[in-house]
Amino acid sequence: MNTLHLYARFIEISVRSQMQYRASFVMLALGHLAATGIEFVGILVLFDRFGSLKGWSLHEVAFMYGVVNISFAIADAATRGFDLFGGMIKSGDFDRVLTRPRSAALQVAGQELTLRRVGRLAQGLFVLVWAAFGMDMSWSAASVCLLMGAIAGGACLFSGLVILQATLAFWTVETLEIMNTLTYGGVETTQYPLPIYRPWFRRFFTFGVPLACVSYFPSVAVMGVPDPLGSPLWFQYVSPLIGVGFLAVALQFWRFGVRHYLSTGS
Amino acid sequence: MISYWATLSARFRSLLQYRSAALAGLVTQIFWGLVRVMIFEAFYLSAGSPQPMELNDVLTYVWLGQAFLALLPWNLDADLRALIRSGGVGYELLRPVDLYGYWYSRALAWRTAPTLIRAAPLLVFAFVFMGMDAPPSWASAGAFALAMAGAILLSSAISTLFNITMLWTISADGMAGMAPAIVTLLSGMLAPLPLFPDWAQAVLNALPFRGLVDTPYRLYLAHIPPSDLPLYLAHQLAWTVAIVLLGRWILSRGLRRLVVQGG
Repeated sequence: MNTLHLYARFIEISVRSQMQYRASFVMLALGHLAATGIEFVGILVLFDRFGSLKGWSLHEVAFMYGVVNISFAIADAATRGFDLFGGMIKSGDFDRVLTRPRSAALQVAGQELTLRRVGRLAQGLFVLVWAAFGMDMSWSAASVCLLMGAIAGGACLFSGLVILQATLAFWTVETLEIMNTLTYGGVETTQYPLPIYRPWFRRFFTFGVPLACVSYFPSVAVMGVPDPLGSPLWFQYVSPLIGVGFLAVALQFWRFGVRHYLSTGS
Repeated sequence: MISYWATLSARFRSLLQYRSAALAGLVTQIFWGLVRVMIFEAFYLSAGSPQPMELNDVLTYVWLGQAFLALLPWNLDADLRALIRSGGVGYELLRPVDLYGYWYSRALAWRTAPTLIRAAPLLVFAFVFMGMDAPPSWASAGAFALAMAGAILLSSAISTLFNITMLWTISADGMAGMAPAIVTLLSGMLAPLPLFPDWAQAVLNALPFRGLVDTPYRLYLAHIPPSDLPLYLAHQLAWTVAIVLLGRWILSRGLRRLVVQGG
């Protein structure tokens, strides 16, 4: 069995087990949908009061909101196993994973694909479509590809963040909630256009944790609006690749962690 | 009352064990506060006509919100959830205390302990670095303190109500996702209530959630004059009593059909 095939089997099992509790799954997904929907109401309220955000329209902000929430929903569902990883280290369950002749990352990730995240995904898609129709924008093959690329790059980047957080548990045993600032806080931050923030903050989300590269920059290119920050078009098109690179770096760090892992014993 | 002090001190000590978690929480909240501040600044830049609240007031409102975030009924009691899942809730019934009173005091402790730890450092940070305003008068400060006490009682009543719904596990799972979102929006945590559309104001004012955030913070800012305090306290207390009665009723119904799992 090759790696992808094995992952598909893992996911199949996880999905089947979640589907055993269908009513619970439906409630959870709906709850999740409503929760993320209410967040969006907050944005609607502010636009209703102020009309525009430093020159950005509601539809433009909604577009970025959709992009970042879709990619986060995908990453959140796919990396649930890494969320549980701190517990595996504490209990020593991770030792069992290491005895198997397969990649540790694959086994950890394969523990669960959290289906209820479909709530956030649906809500993000809905907002994105609503925004795209509301702006009456022109699509081209290139911009559709870029949009897909931005979502994929975003999913990679958020997954990378969760993996980094999990990797820290090799040393700290406890998972550090501070990384949630970067995941949930990153979603909150990047659903608004980058230029509204202060320069040091913009730099942090462009060069430090490059979330702007998978949301703001590609979104501007897809929507066909000029970037007040003056980034060149070619950069807006290649920026989602940075998300993929981030995931690759995170996985390298993870491998480094696995090599230096000392079991908690017992 | 005794069970309250016991739970509070236990909770307080267990939280103090995780100092790095408290520090992480502080950093997280400063980050969120900064993001909110920048978003509001940007919105106010494009605002034309005079707004129902000035930018400076909004910023102070945001930092108060971050300082007292732990007071909101935004999560379910994880220990209680585990007890209900495992069937351990049966032991709760054996305790020689009124169950609702015990769970209420538990919620009260769960709300106050983390707030006591987090609020002070965050307020210091906001005063020193973020230019947060002090209350304009002693009367406003006093009104704020009283309304905060009301907010704690109300928040604990709502928390207890959420916790009780866990007895119906399946629906509570959906509830667990939705309840905090509703509370953050309607209490004013996401955006100060005066910024909501004018047609929504009457509804927002009637609902209990404003008593958690909007009432005390606007008293602090003297956006609501301190002389109006009795009216707002009455609103908080009336809702607290109503929610406590509702919680008691639901709990008694839940216990009648409770089947403890396991053997």
